[in-house]
Amino acid sequence: MTATLAPHREPGSPAPASSRRLADRVFRIREFGIVAVLVVFVAVTASIQSRFLSSTNIQFILVDATIFALLALGETIVVISRNVDLSVGSVLGLSAFLTARLASNTHGLPLPLVFLAGIGIGLLCGIVNGLMVTIGRVPSLVVTLATLYIIRGADVLIVGGGQVVPSSYYPSFLTISKATVAGIPDLAIVVAVVIAGGAYWLRTYRSGRELYAIGSNPDAARLAGIPMGRRVFTAFALSGAIAGVAGVLWASRYGTVDSTAGTSYELQVVAAVVVGGVAIFGGSGSVVGAAIGALLLQTINSALYVLGVSPNWDQAIAGFLLILAIVLDRLISLRLTASLRRRSARRGA
Amino acid sequence: MRWETGLVVVVIAIAIMGSSLSPQFLTANNFFNLGLNNGEIAIMALPMALIIISGEIDLSVESTLGMSSAVLGVLWADHWPMLAIFVVVAVVGALAGAINGLLVTRVGLPSLAVTIGTLALYRGIALILLGPRTVANFPTIYTNVGIVAIPHTDLPYSIGIFIVLAVIFAIVLHATPFGRSIYAMGDNAEAAMFAGLRVKRIKTTLFIVSGVASALAGVLFTFRLNTAVQDNGTGLSLDVVAIVLLAGVSIFGGKGSIGGVFLAVLAFAGLQNALLLTNFNQEATGLVTGGLLLVSVFVPNAAMFVRSIRRAVTRMTRRMPSEPALSMPRKDT
Repeated sequence: MTATLAPHREPGSPAPASSRRLADRVFRIREFGIVAVLVVFVAVTASIQSRFLSSTNIQFILVDATIFALLALGETIVVISRNVDLSVGSVLGLSAFLTARLASNTHGLPLPLVFLAGIGIGLLCGIVNGLMVTIGRVPSLVVTLATLYIIRGADVLIVGGGQVVPSSYYPSFLTISKATVAGIPDLAIVVAVVIAGGAYWLRTYRSGRELYAIGSNPDAARLAGIPMGRRVFTAFALSGAIAGVAGVLWASRYGTVDSTAGTSYELQVVAAVVVGGVAIFGGSGSVVGAAIGALLLQTINSALYVLGVSPNWDQAIAGFLLILAIVLDRLISLRLTASLRRRSARRGA
Repeated sequence: MRWETGLVVVVIAIAIMGSSLSPQFLTANNFFNLGLNNGEIAIMALPMALIIISGEIDLSVESTLGMSSAVLGVLWADHWPMLAIFVVVAVVGALAGAINGLLVTRVGLPSLAVTIGTLALYRGIALILLGPRTVANFPTIYTNVGIVAIPHTDLPYSIGIFIVLAVIFAIVLHATPFGRSIYAMGDNAEAAMFAGLRVKRIKTTLFIVSGVASALAGVLFTFRLNTAVQDNGTGLSLDVVAIVLLAGVSIFGGKGSIGGVFLAVLAFAGLQNALLLTNFNQEATGLVTGGLLLVSVFVPNAAMFVRSIRRAVTRMTRRMPSEPALSMPRKDT
């Protein structure tokens, strides 16, 4: 349907080296394109309003983008395997409330345990999604659309009308998102490392490469003996666990948590992933691209705010960018297939 | 067993459950409220059923509803005549649908991605148009449409419109070449194209119909609540998709009926209403909608699951008396 070319080298791929190089270059251009847009955007905004590049503002953007980039990491793993996880916003909400309550009720609980609780909650949701998709054989769109509502409903039942307020936490919980090293938030550094790890895994490890294979062509992947069920299940479990961690970070970043935390985040995460060059029908794209996509969307939101454009415009712009990104990807992949065909025709003649 | 037969049983079960929960459930007054709360969703479910049968999906309906509501509000606040506003709103709905349809068919993008994008875009436009404003001073002749029954009946107007539309959609889907071709392209888009069906044109038409129906739902929604705010209708897309899947329409396309949609609307509305009569937290009804959605996709799969297990068991028992299992004539579908 859409591009089924993997961006990186398939082990033992029979494609001729030159066309592989061409494909590689095009996708590198794709990632380069987002970075270029990001740089231009920052430069233009900063030239109009220098406040945009103040260290506090950069820190705010980085911390917010970090949470998004983390969610985008999980979403990318799922999308590459030709699935989608729409439940991440709800998982984030549930994890944010439960861990925030944990952090405010039980002072003296070591922070790693709070994170572990968040991971556990997310993992549980991810496992449920994964089981229904792989064993239940229900399309992931339907499964996660349903769990999006079910998990949010459970969240509402648990929270009721209540909320957790910042003053009730022990102080170290709130400082997670505020600590910095040389002006860069600790959080951004940690998440960058995690994303680099995720990128390395998807690029080089067998289990990571197999996700691309499954997304490119599920039938071929099955015939090739790839354990599809196990791989897809792992992708959903990872996405859930990551959303759980993002929930803890969300609680620490915003402080006040009620039952609406993370509502409709899933759309922004999918937007970030798609803007970052991950094909919505799987098989192509990178974690780094998705993370830059998240950073770009967050930067745009912040820039609009700094420039005095009403935040009312945020959503329309995010939607427009998403559509623009998929249209561009479609055009690129059409041109790529055309030029590959020309090349192989020339070689054949 | 046909899916629709199962739905009839479910509807009866919900009616019995509801009336045992509260003596008010089976009263005309309650039916009126039940219809009122679900009229817009029911109207949007009809074109959604056609779109899903044709193998696509439209997640942007709730935002088209919101955008129409915002246009209605803004123009009314600008003292436009109501009839002119209706025309503009219908055009806005048709445009919204046409954008979805053209991106899907002419650019060749997956409808899931396109309509997630326009879900954000159309809601964003509603936000830009209205901002934090609310427009609420609609004249009573119009707001009455949302709260008064059709004369001599207990039916709200939105349900009356739904019934008329359901009949039209049923005729078009089940008794015209246009309708049959929707099934054909849902079953196998490529084969349908080679058979000479104008797949792209028909799909674009379906998206436009969906846009116009959502705009109509937006007008009804605004009049019923007598308010145009930017978040009108948020979250309704899932309800609509849930109803359509509950109706037995396959998410892979090619299967489903308008009769099923009608029964699914009854089941959905009845269940929501039964929950309303108990003291269930209204914000948490997504729990039930989501559960319903899962059940409706798991039940057909469960039948398949049981069949495949049974087949495996018979194959194993047949193999015992040294008879080759593969020589059996295969009659399973």
